[in-house]
Amino acid sequence: MSEFVTLTIDGKEVKAPVGSTVLEAAKSAGINIPTLCFLKDINEIGACRMCIVDVGARSFQAACMYPVSEGLKVITNSPKIRETRRVTLELILSSHEKKCLSCVRSLNCELQKLAQDLKIHDIRFEGELQHYPIDDLSPSIVRDPNKCVLCRRCVSVCKNVQTVSAIETIDRGYNTIVASPFHMPLKDTPCVNCGQCIVACPVGALREKNSTEKVWEALSNKDLHVVVQTAPAVRAAIGEEFGYPIGTPVTGKMVAALKKLGFAKVFDTDTAADLTILEEGTELVDRIKNNGKLPLITSCSPGWIKFCEHNFPDMLDNLSTCKSPQNMFGAVLKSYYAKKIGIDPSKIFVVSVMPCTAKKFEAERPELASTGYPDIDEVITTRELAEMIKESGIDFKNLGDEIFDDPMGEATGAGVIFGATGGVMEAALRSVPYLLTGKDDDNVDINVVRGVDGIKEAEVEIAGVKIKAAVAHGLGNARKLIDKVRAGEAEYHFIEIMACPGGCVCGGGQPIQPASVRNEMDLRAERAKALYQEDQSLTLRRSHHNPYVLKMYEEYFEKPGGHKSHELLHTHYVARENYPEDNC
Amino acid sequence: MSCGCCKADNKSEELDKIIAKYKDSRGALIPVLHEAQELYGYLPMSVQKKVAKGLNVSLADVYGVVTFYTQFSLNPKGKYKINVCLGTACYVKGAGQIYDKIAEILKIKSGECTPDGIFSLDACRCVGACGLAPVIMINEDVYGRLAVDDIPGIIQKYFDMEAEAV
Repeated sequence: MSEFVTLTIDGKEVKAPVGSTVLEAAKSAGINIPTLCFLKDINEIGACRMCIVDVGARSFQAACMYPVSEGLKVITNSPKIRETRRVTLELILSSHEKKCLSCVRSLNCELQKLAQDLKIHDIRFEGELQHYPIDDLSPSIVRDPNKCVLCRRCVSVCKNVQTVSAIETIDRGYNTIVASPFHMPLKDTPCVNCGQCIVACPVGALREKNSTEKVWEALSNKDLHVVVQTAPAVRAAIGEEFGYPIGTPVTGKMVAALKKLGFAKVFDTDTAADLTILEEGTELVDRIKNNGKLPLITSCSPGWIKFCEHNFPDMLDNLSTCKSPQNMFGAVLKSYYAKKIGIDPSKIFVVSVMPCTAKKFEAERPELASTGYPDIDEVITTRELAEMIKESGIDFKNLGDEIFDDPMGEATGAGVIFGATGGVMEAALRSVPYLLTGKDDDNVDINVVRGVDGIKEAEVEIAGVKIKAAVAHGLGNARKLIDKVRAGEAEYHFIEIMACPGGCVCGGGQPIQPASVRNEMDLRAERAKALYQEDQSLTLRRSHHNPYVLKMYEEYFEKPGGHKSHELLHTHYVARENYPEDNC
Repeated sequence: MSCGCCKADNKSEELDKIIAKYKDSRGALIPVLHEAQELYGYLPMSVQKKVAKGLNVSLADVYGVVTFYTQFSLNPKGKYKINVCLGTACYVKGAGQIYDKIAEILKIKSGECTPDGIFSLDACRCVGACGLAPVIMINEDVYGRLAVDDIPGIIQKYFDMEAEAV
């Protein structure tokens, strides 16, 4: 039981737990204090001064940091407070590049919203505009410092949540800028392309490297057979872009929209997720039986893979050699599928829709072209797909439901839950008994690996073999877990790691929810619900029951872990320097 | 094959010692950077990388601190370090023009060093000699109550000293 104090906010008596802030206490009393830099659990530093309140001190205090105390009297709204906030905001706006009409965040900009809320009709100060170069050299992320308001949310999520620290606040005073060390382009830093900075940014200073034009171009090329695959997490969130409540699965409408956009076939990445489980499960069983390198660590998350290559080069042999589902699917499409439909793989153009910005980087990895062609030709994020749907005038809400195309349309519930933290582990544990003994056990719902705890552990006994598993999401948690393993403090057989907190459902390519939403609800749990709901509704919930995957093995790949699989569905990793060598 | 600045020098060992001295104490970064700068005269990328690795902090952290504090320099300093005070008193007495004149003569900006390594230029905040405003310092020498026209002569004096030394 935590202790409470009583304070007065705007004349109203409020009880609040000791250690909470004035901002939280006000919220609980139904009083909204404007904020800009504040993002719950990520950035609580009082930098922007929008949330200033009168606590009877010599100067106004930032409510997001000021602790409650017994008898404290707070005023959140007075002419002087309103004027001070307005001046502060006008100063921020005075040096902000106000190209709002053509900004990627127009209508979803927290600065714009604040300017409206605080009734800024005229900016009295004419600030000097800095003209910084835009860094668009990364395949995943574009940084435009001219729009940055120095809230530092991106710095905080990169440094404290992900422990990547590719960017920092550089220089001081008027020259302050968020940048990489020595102003290097992001692509030359240990940035893992997770895009958590993009979804944390209140304005348009960070965005994904947009690939929609290249997709449009392919779609209008008559010589190409353009197919698309969508990852599980996309269906759980794209509805948000069209006004659906968070956590509404819109699979049928999404498929319908993709068909309207002109894709020849619309496939479900989940099918490849099932394939991944069979390959990875077989790899796990093989490593356990034959004293192979353990723990086996999942390789689905390209953000995690690059993080591992930078930070834990000694653990590369622990990574599953399986390609991610995205790339497995690409390889299948350009080999098995090409053969089946009789189209030369050079004429097949594979687009994938991903909740992820790191997938763009993954698609460019040169070693992932085992068919002789790149597995994936273009990657667009959930946001970019929504953009294309809007651009083409499709009335998303009034679309009828359609289903994924054959021959790879069917996926199991196991493939669907890949999009949430713990999902890959759960899917694997649903199949491992079969791979180990040839029989299924009774466990389908493995609740212990679900939920938003940073690190989850499970121990299951299968046919006399005890399998110890761990799940981590968010790279800070991954670092903690791997450090424990390296120090010999923990032993596991199997580890699932997702770079983004919550897993793919909260990936860096997902619809951007403003702080006002993220401060109030756990997006990770809400979006995951949509996936578990779909899993529950399916009859087939174990990957090895997927008839299409079985058929693929029968007709082409022979068996999981077989020669052909190794050639097309597996890969290898490289140790990476954190920064390029000095050029002298 | 190399320009010489990254040669495995004995300074590198010295830097290791500095890092080892502070490694386990809280707030080690700033004292390490101070001593590293004393050792090298400035803080190039290679030194910052080594400090980051040694103290187990990110290069971004190190670079953020180095660029925040004006004492830390990313560029080598000249034999003669010119500091132009741009504090309030000096500024209102025309330090801006003094600074511009020096920059014009030496063709360098604040934080930079002439290619021959003789002069470096920095703009600094109040040096505590407001009564003498506007003030510049060249190494430990203070020049006060300056006018723009005094500048060429002062700089010439150091050029002459250099010429004599050769």
